[in-house]
Amino acid sequence: MLDRLSFPQPWLSLILFVTWQFLSDGISGGSVVLGLLLAWAIPQLTQGFWPERPSFMRFWLMPRYLARVIKDIIVASFQVAALILSPRQPRPAFVCYPLELEHPLAISILASTISLTPGTVSVDVSDDQRLLLVHALDAENDQQVIDAIRTRYEQPLLEMFK
Amino acid sequence: MNPFAEYVIAFLLLLGGAFTLIGAIGLARLPDFFTRLHGPTKATTLGVGAIMLSSVIYFTARGEGIGISEVLITVFLFMTAPVSANILAKAAMHIGVNTMEGTEGKPWEQ
Repeated sequence: MLDRLSFPQPWLSLILFVTWQFLSDGISGGSVVLGLLLAWAIPQLTQGFWPERPSFMRFWLMPRYLARVIKDIIVASFQVAALILSPRQPRPAFVCYPLELEHPLAISILASTISLTPGTVSVDVSDDQRLLLVHALDAENDQQVIDAIRTRYEQPLLEMFK
Repeated sequence: MNPFAEYVIAFLLLLGGAFTLIGAIGLARLPDFFTRLHGPTKATTLGVGAIMLSSVIYFTARGEGIGISEVLITVFLFMTAPVSANILAKAAMHIGVNTMEGTEGKPWEQ
């Protein structure tokens, strides 16, 4: 019974609690109680969906990665906008991207990044988690897409999850 | 309100509106399902991002405190947009939606 009252993922619980304080209008007794309840209940309910935790993660490299992603989103948005407004047809391609990352959390971060940056959407991960299928809106050749993803996003993530 | 802040807000609103419009045009103009997926998912990232930023600046300039809820909306959107795009693409691949002529490579079967 007592182990039911534990917090299996303390960081997730903390993030949920703080987020709830921001969402509710000012910190009050009620928001603290409800925040604690949510911080306890949500990790309990979603525990089965979480991959095992990475053995080591360098969180302090995250801001640099985020800054690069935001810069890329802005630059690439203009490129996609120009492509949509120009009369020429796009040259779409499905690209098989060979993954170097192994941890499921790292792969999902990479896939989300690829989907967020304009011009590419990640479609699927192969069953053995070695290949990522990416749809590129306008690709001159496959190797260019693979190289861009490798140097810009996968290398920093590899450093983070070493 | 500071006139400089007003210019910044107006610029960000116009930018956000323009990108959302271009995303919608892309949805109508691009030829197949997978390319259409790029229009709306990307318009949300920059378009909504710019509109949210202008909202944050507006409420900060009026001295009503920094709009943390706008920042949270942006974060939630950035977390959910790739997931929905991924699920849509996966579903399309599963039922074998036709791709446009000249598409290089193929979605795999498994």
